[in-house]
Amino acid sequence: MILARILALTFAHKWLLAISLLCVSGATAAYLVLPWLFGTAIDEVARVFDGGTVSETVILRISLTILAVSLLRGALTFGQTYFGERLSQAVAYDIRNRFYDHVQNLSFKFHDIHHTGNLMSRAITDVEAFRMFIMASLVRSPYFAILFFTTAGILIWRDWILGLVALSFMPVLAILTAVLRLHLRRIWLRVQEDMADLSTTLQENMTGVRVVKAFAAERYEEAKYEASSTAVSDDMIRASRLQALNTSVMVFAYLVVIGLILWVGGMRVIDGHLTPGELASFLFYMQILSLPVQHAGMVVNSYARAYSAGQRLFEVLDYRSPVQETPGAREMPKSRGHVRFNDVSFSYDGRTPTLQKIDIDAYPGKVVALVGAPGSGKSTLVNLLPRFYDVTSGSITVDGVDVRETTLKSLREHIGMVQQDVFLFTASLRDNIAYGREDASMDEIVDAARVAQLDDYIRGLDEGYDTEIGERGSTLSGGQRQRMSIARAVLLDPPILILDDSTASVDANTEEKIRTAMEAVMKDRTTFVIAHRLSTVHKADEIIVLDRGRVAERGTHEELLASGGAYRRIYELQLRPQEEVMMEFDVPAEAEAAVR
Amino acid sequence: MMSGAGSFMRQASRDSGRLDDEVFGQAFNYRVVARMVPYLKPDKGLVSLAVASMLVFTATLVAVPWLIKLAIDEFITQGDFTGLMWIVALFIGNAMLNWGANFTQEMTIARVGQNLLYRLRRDMFHHLQKQSVSFYDKNEVGRIMSRVLGDVYQLQEFLSVAVVTVGNLLSLVGIAVAVLILSVQLGVISLATIPFLILVMAVWQPFARKAFMRVRRAAAIVNGSLNENISGVRVVQAMNRQERNAEIFETKNRENHNAAVHASGISSGLLPSVDMLTAISIGLVLFFGARLVGSNALEVGALVAFVMYIQRFFDPIRSLTMQYTQLQRAMASGIRIFELLDTKPDLEDKPGARDLPPIRGQIEFRDVRFSYVEGQDVLKRVNMHVLPGQTVAIVGPTGAGKTTLVSLLSRFYDVEDGRGAILIDGHDIRNRTRESLARQTSMVLQEPFLFTGTVRENIRYTHHDVPDEEMVAAAKAVGAHDFIERLDDGYDTLLHERGVNLSVGQRQLISFARAIIDDPRILILDEATANIDSYTEMLIQKALQTLLEGRTAIVIAHRLSTIRGADKIVVLNHGEVEEVGDHDELMDRNGLYAHLYAMNFAALKAAIPE
Repeated sequence: MILARILALTFAHKWLLAISLLCVSGATAAYLVLPWLFGTAIDEVARVFDGGTVSETVILRISLTILAVSLLRGALTFGQTYFGERLSQAVAYDIRNRFYDHVQNLSFKFHDIHHTGNLMSRAITDVEAFRMFIMASLVRSPYFAILFFTTAGILIWRDWILGLVALSFMPVLAILTAVLRLHLRRIWLRVQEDMADLSTTLQENMTGVRVVKAFAAERYEEAKYEASSTAVSDDMIRASRLQALNTSVMVFAYLVVIGLILWVGGMRVIDGHLTPGELASFLFYMQILSLPVQHAGMVVNSYARAYSAGQRLFEVLDYRSPVQETPGAREMPKSRGHVRFNDVSFSYDGRTPTLQKIDIDAYPGKVVALVGAPGSGKSTLVNLLPRFYDVTSGSITVDGVDVRETTLKSLREHIGMVQQDVFLFTASLRDNIAYGREDASMDEIVDAARVAQLDDYIRGLDEGYDTEIGERGSTLSGGQRQRMSIARAVLLDPPILILDDSTASVDANTEEKIRTAMEAVMKDRTTFVIAHRLSTVHKADEIIVLDRGRVAERGTHEELLASGGAYRRIYELQLRPQEEVMMEFDVPAEAEAAVR
Repeated sequence: MMSGAGSFMRQASRDSGRLDDEVFGQAFNYRVVARMVPYLKPDKGLVSLAVASMLVFTATLVAVPWLIKLAIDEFITQGDFTGLMWIVALFIGNAMLNWGANFTQEMTIARVGQNLLYRLRRDMFHHLQKQSVSFYDKNEVGRIMSRVLGDVYQLQEFLSVAVVTVGNLLSLVGIAVAVLILSVQLGVISLATIPFLILVMAVWQPFARKAFMRVRRAAAIVNGSLNENISGVRVVQAMNRQERNAEIFETKNRENHNAAVHASGISSGLLPSVDMLTAISIGLVLFFGARLVGSNALEVGALVAFVMYIQRFFDPIRSLTMQYTQLQRAMASGIRIFELLDTKPDLEDKPGARDLPPIRGQIEFRDVRFSYVEGQDVLKRVNMHVLPGQTVAIVGPTGAGKTTLVSLLSRFYDVEDGRGAILIDGHDIRNRTRESLARQTSMVLQEPFLFTGTVRENIRYTHHDVPDEEMVAAAKAVGAHDFIERLDDGYDTLLHERGVNLSVGQRQLISFARAIIDDPRILILDEATANIDSYTEMLIQKALQTLLEGRTAIVIAHRLSTIRGADKIVVLNHGEVEEVGDHDELMDRNGLYAHLYAMNFAALKAAIPE
């Protein structure tokens, strides 16, 4: 099954495959002529024993023929490796493109459970294993086939007894190969998993270096790493043992056969059934067979490796994103951005509900603020709108059109989002701001940066907007990165804006400035804001307080204050000294008890 | 939060302490090989065994044509049946020896190789643990990853190739010797093509070197782009960049493809020449060999052996040319690995530094000045005194140096000698081991970081012997218990990729619980509650009030409610302490704090209905 799919990918490049196979066959044929020529030469030389003389012209002719055949073989070998490599590179190129495009379009559900390191190792190591298999094994299969069958044919035709002796090690080879393949496949799969663990530990150790240092956890981390590292070593040694056993047995069997040929053939020469030259060419043929014998082990290994790599690659390529465009999905027309959540429920795993029965009516110009404890479902709610996940029940409409009936691209074009986890790309500040709109003019970029209160800072840099920033924007502070993300969303100029806790790391003064600037931007747009600070929330047209996925309270700031619920409590907490508020509200007994 | 100016300076200072990703093209580097030798030392016995079995293996292979020659010349042409049997018996004996040697060779080499890689990986990781935070400021994780995994993988490939290569070289020598013994004249003739081969290789090598360097550069670009776009996939989708990114990726992928094809053209270009030279050698041997046989100076069997040897002779050369890329790649990897191992940690314990004794938690900053880049001080003469058990809030506008200040306290960076000192219970922290300090302090960072593993493992972290009740109590104290219980597997729920299956606030609660389990004398909270709603924050603070009894706490926060309860408030501005006091005192002073407070309050005031 997996082999069939690998073959299908290879057959996509018919011409390259054909020409590679042609070259391989030609080179093999030329290679096979050589022992015969050597044998003829030896026979010519052996005439000395019958009292004849060696004809120098014949030897010269044979030598020149050997030269000519070698030249041909050389040219064809070149073709074989060159076109073989081209073919394998072409297939790798295809898979990489497909893999990339597939992965970048998979919905968040997939990325929630697949570690970047894991996906990377598939894209690099597994694709490489694939490529090596195509180049070293698939393209060269005629080489093995032709070598085996022609040599076998020639040997049997020349002298069937000797021929059968020569081929007697084939069954040994076949059985060994089959057994080995099964074992190796399992081991390789395990090695790949061990490696994935190792890389996860390594990556997290470095990304979380501040935590590791703060907890003096270096030794703990080393122990964790050591465990995976030992597992990798052990499995690799296990694989090597199998391979060592296999190749050594093969070489042994092969040498024993040469011994037998020498014995049986020698007796037949003495009997006069065979000329010394014929025996010599038998031996030369056997020498030719030694290469494929040695390579057979490698082929088996490369197949086992490609097989497990294929399993891992196809697992990703076959993953069907749960968020799919319906057949015949329409482009969403230029919308005004009237968003409605109709009785929306959502669950990540199909069991525990994260959101339950949410109704929201957000018309253009309206600001909806979402407030609530960690895990109450705020981020989940806004992630449903651009269809990063699909609702479990209920529906979301934009201008009356169900979001599931439009194309993803046209839907997302209407939404500008500032995500909680800021991600910046290795590029200039300008390119990072213009990430969603490469055609933006410099003026527009500067305007967006102004709204995010970044323009002054950027202008203060030596290279201004051309300053390059590193991976994950590690050279910017948390607040600066959040502001980059705001500028990026503002530049999109979308009818719908989502701000997910986008100013948490910004100090109060800067936040105030951003808020004032955003007021102009938010005008006529539909805006969803998630925030903890009252100053951000209180002006919203509607404040929704979420509690464990349900709407606990909703209304304007004044209404909610008047009703004296959870929102009122937040308000008190932020405005009055904590001790006072604690006296007034009942802190859950549980927390009290836990502390004691 | 890093100060605005400070963070940019760090970028400018990247040159120092940053690993270089230059592409190397050497196929053999003496220093790299020499550096690997110590890693083989513990396996001395295995290495000798490997070498011995390799020699035996090569000898048994070189012996094969020789035995054939003996069989033909001494017995077959003489019609000696018994002699033939004996020589065949010898032949089989030789084959058995070959089998044993071959297996031993492969097994010992695999073992030695894996041990070496294991030690290298371990040393690299150990070395990385010793690096200070500033090392990680300068080096992206992806690049270090590719050294520890990618480069070690290259070395692994190299080891198998190297063994084959050494085997090849050995058999080259063995064959040359055998050929010369068989017939000096013919031997010299058959080896005559070698200078030409060397010449061809010399011409070819610079081209190959350049081509393969291009391949590696292209591959690095493709991998980098993959890595970045997969980790940033959420932004890519939100920004609708898939089509454009696919285009960009395709261009990079295309260049990678073209570079590889170009290199393969060059590497396979060598093969016809090697084939031709083989053929010329064989032709020469046949031609002159026939003459020698004609003049009875050589026997037929010897000629057969000659042809066999010559074919064997060029096989190693063929495979050497094919391994060339691998050698080159491995040397480059070796250089990068040892460069990493040679990076001196810029923050090391002083020789003979003693552990910090159990501390009470008194902290003193004495004239502390600090800069990420020379000449641009982020902290200028900071003096601060914290009594054991006090809770101190650090307040100030963006870029004041708040995060830098607490980073110094945890020794993420060290204060340079002569630029002030930080004392804990009167001990200068630079003179004590970093570990003993870190064991007694704990930190909750603005961006919560969890590890792949269960919730339980994450809360316990290094304290894996903490009983369940204590762990649950910590979770309850910070208000995390409820939501953890609601997870599918409760405390045994597996957190994927740093807990993406939890909200940021939930992750923060878990990291709070982790800090509590750590039972520190000094607790540092760096904007730890920014992503948490006020009510949950209050729960945490309530819990902390009891927990912090007798402990020292340093808190950085923007929200007033968080700050107001502190015993002492330190107002930082432009890297200097501008004011110190409690809330009321500072309000009375009517300085920067009062101003900040008013600004903050003004923002909130709008929320107060008339």
